[in-house]
Amino acid sequence: MSWEAVIGLEVHVQLSTQSKAFSASATRFGQRPNSQTDPTVLGLPGALPVFNRDALEKAVCLGLATGCTIRRVSRFARKHYFYPDLPKGYQISQYDEPLCEHGAIEFFLDGEPHKVRLTRIHLEEDAGKNVHTGSVSLVDLNRAGIPLCEVVSEPDIRNAEEAAEYMRALHRLVRTLDICAGNMEQGHLRCDANVSIRPTGASELGTRTELKNINSFRFVQRAIDHEIARQIRIVEGGGQVVQETRLWDADAGASASMRSKEEAEDYRYFPDPDLPPLVVADELVDRIRGELPELPVQRSQRFAALGLGLDDACTLVAEPALADYFDAAVTAHGDGAAAKTIANWMLGELQSQLNRDDSTIAACKVTPAQLADLVKLIDGGTISGKIAKKVFIDMFASGDDADAIIERKGLKQISDPGAIEAVVAEVLAANRGQVADYRGGKTGLLGFFVGQVMKKTRGQANPKLVNEILRKLLAE
Amino acid sequence: MADLSELVSLSAAEAARKIAVRELSATELCKAYLERIFEVDPHLGAYLTVTPDRVIKRATDIDIALDRGETLGPLAGVPIGLKDIFVTHGVVTTAGSKILEHWTPPYDGTAVERMNNAGAIALGKLNMDEFAMGSSNENSAFKPCRNPWDTTRVAGGSSGGSAAAVAAGLCAVALGTDTGGSIRQPAAMCGCVGIKPTYGRVSRYGVIAFASSLDQVGPLTRTVEDAALVLESLCGFDPLDSTSVNRPVPRYRDVLDKGVAGLTIGLPKEYFVDGTDPEVRAAVDAAVEVLRGAGADVTEVSLPHTEHALAAYYIIAPAEASSNLARYDGVRYGLRVPEGSGDASLLDMYRRTRGAGFGTEVKRRIMLGTYALRSGYYDAYYRKAQQVRALIKRDFDNAFERVDVILSPTSPTPAFTLGDKTDDPMAMYLADVFTLSCNLAGLPGMSVPCGRTSAGLPIGLQLLGKPLDEATLLQVAACYEREAAWPRAIAEVV
Repeated sequence: MSWEAVIGLEVHVQLSTQSKAFSASATRFGQRPNSQTDPTVLGLPGALPVFNRDALEKAVCLGLATGCTIRRVSRFARKHYFYPDLPKGYQISQYDEPLCEHGAIEFFLDGEPHKVRLTRIHLEEDAGKNVHTGSVSLVDLNRAGIPLCEVVSEPDIRNAEEAAEYMRALHRLVRTLDICAGNMEQGHLRCDANVSIRPTGASELGTRTELKNINSFRFVQRAIDHEIARQIRIVEGGGQVVQETRLWDADAGASASMRSKEEAEDYRYFPDPDLPPLVVADELVDRIRGELPELPVQRSQRFAALGLGLDDACTLVAEPALADYFDAAVTAHGDGAAAKTIANWMLGELQSQLNRDDSTIAACKVTPAQLADLVKLIDGGTISGKIAKKVFIDMFASGDDADAIIERKGLKQISDPGAIEAVVAEVLAANRGQVADYRGGKTGLLGFFVGQVMKKTRGQANPKLVNEILRKLLAE
Repeated sequence: MADLSELVSLSAAEAARKIAVRELSATELCKAYLERIFEVDPHLGAYLTVTPDRVIKRATDIDIALDRGETLGPLAGVPIGLKDIFVTHGVVTTAGSKILEHWTPPYDGTAVERMNNAGAIALGKLNMDEFAMGSSNENSAFKPCRNPWDTTRVAGGSSGGSAAAVAAGLCAVALGTDTGGSIRQPAAMCGCVGIKPTYGRVSRYGVIAFASSLDQVGPLTRTVEDAALVLESLCGFDPLDSTSVNRPVPRYRDVLDKGVAGLTIGLPKEYFVDGTDPEVRAAVDAAVEVLRGAGADVTEVSLPHTEHALAAYYIIAPAEASSNLARYDGVRYGLRVPEGSGDASLLDMYRRTRGAGFGTEVKRRIMLGTYALRSGYYDAYYRKAQQVRALIKRDFDNAFERVDVILSPTSPTPAFTLGDKTDDPMAMYLADVFTLSCNLAGLPGMSVPCGRTSAGLPIGLQLLGKPLDEATLLQVAACYEREAAWPRAIAEVV
């Protein structure tokens, strides 16, 4: 029998606000433990929550970008459980009246458009972190109270690859909207997956398990693949899947049971009496809708229409600053036909230089216009692609124009057929044996002659002309 | 120097006037109060913490500033007491519970800050029922607070320490909190004025939460004028409390002389039924006649859903309390009873800490509230109780279309004997039957002394008002106080 998986994801998106969801405490990462706190974050007796309007605007922005209905009146609810990283003994969340409902996340997979429906997006506060050191456990509440959007999908996903691509699409979206810093290592997007299997084509749902702690695109794929295989093994072995919560252990590449349905906690949700209903004015929704940037799906499609592969388009769009750079470079160049070359330069040379320096596009000295000029110089035959790479490294380091570097270093391409023919003649004269072999049928030696000519011209000869002239003279 | 008992008998307004004109020094007044506390309080148990060094330091600072000619706040130099539910920077704050026995807060709440800014001097922290859960102060984890007029009797609760201290001259005024009657009922039993403003009128920031949608801060005083004076400094919008009301605060003292002519007072028939002590009933009837004589119209009104108030209250308040008290887990502050060893050690620590830290009544309410909120029962209990609450609110809205103020007894009985009701929670809950509807509806409510029983126990007259209309309550109360002219004296105790 063949099986199909039914997968729904709950992704926690950390909103990049200056202060916490319900107090003025700062939210800086990597600070001394418990330094990003105040009486409200610490859950001190008497402290009260006041909701951060910036978190609301960011959540509304995500809701609108995913086509959700925005509730004009939603409610905060308390979700109760005891854990040392949860200072109040409850998390402020939203329950039966979430801010956003009925949207969708769209993306491309293998060139095909996909759409995963969203049940809801609600606001809540993050918990702190427990740090276990030997026999002692320590609590750091710097993360506690940071605003989160929990994005809950419908069970529309059918395999692990789709799930991972959904995560990437959501990541691109929140980066484009500039509502989340999108740093996966710092847990800005954290995913729980509900997974079940059923015979292919069946309409009934199987018993689901919830996978927790899958916090990278790669782990999403691996954990879900692993869980689907585990469930198939159980069912094919005559067993039954148990409804439970399982914790993914990335190091072991396996999951382990955390708690069963029977042990599931009763969160005793009720409306938080410290917080009035969250009222969203039409004016706010209209303003945010008017300020929405071009969304990743539209942007990738626009880039693809310029001749880029969808994967490359998505890669650029994933980092809005990179996509903006690309747009600026294409505009500066003036010819849309150069878009693919520009993208190749950005994803090749530019990206590798940035990676080498552990830098970002924002700090790059080469302006989009300078990159466009470099591409023009290649297209115009002023320099070869190979020389251009050297020029680019210089540009990246100095910020100088390609022209100036080419001039300074005398890198201009030799495109005078007479000059090239003289060098070719010289090379052929110096390698009589190879010439004889070539004429005897070893045409593979052409590359050898090209190399020799390039060497003599320090790579500045126009490669197209070199080839033509070599063929002509060798044929004589 | 004036006689000690004369000094502590001054009202806050009188004391503030004398201090402002340098007829009296803040230090002199504070020393008189401290001396009386050390003499009298061992017989009462009104204070949990007294901070003499801080008091003298602050009084000295105020005297120096006044001598220099600086203008300070309207309560400059007035010694006040704070129910131990108010978070005070650097001064232990317990909420009457073992679980916070040694907790020293790192911040001041808004009400405390406003009192400080007004120039008041906090003498210390006052006894209360644990987490404000109780009507007799017998649920304090540390000691009961006795009634200064008869120390075999309770002071009322939960702000028992506040009421007893004001009545016995152990502070000029006190701050309390009222969730179901916790200011008005002890004020009635101790013969003080007590007012619970409209929900949201006073910030709850820095007030240890019992039931967030019902809790409200207010003063207990010896005169209506003092209540008006304190309210002017206490009320007003606070951006740190999301339920705070952003509306201007009137100068309440301006309404005190206006009288009651032209006002209509409503007597809810559901509050004038059998079960009220005959002496209480007689005193309230007499008070109605006093007000009628002063020109008020008096008419009967109906609050038909009154009989459901107690049930709704004992769903909503425990539900919110069970949630608010979840933070006392031994992890960050307060009591921690060390965990055992093994896998279950964290759970053990929670169980032992909360088992040892909370008293019987608090545990009872946590269990009631946890039960009411559990999955699948929310609609039947909490939601239903909120619906009842809406009906109770509507009853009041309807009544207030015809009347300006609603009048009733504050408590069905005068102060009862210590231990009388401790084994019968239902009997104890019924002590709040006239007061808790006001909290459910979020309205302002007040208790004013209206005479004594033959045994000399104080009786309280309750006035309920329209939302944000504290002024009319104070206006009626001041008129009654003037017309009835009951002798004003502090309880001697010893």
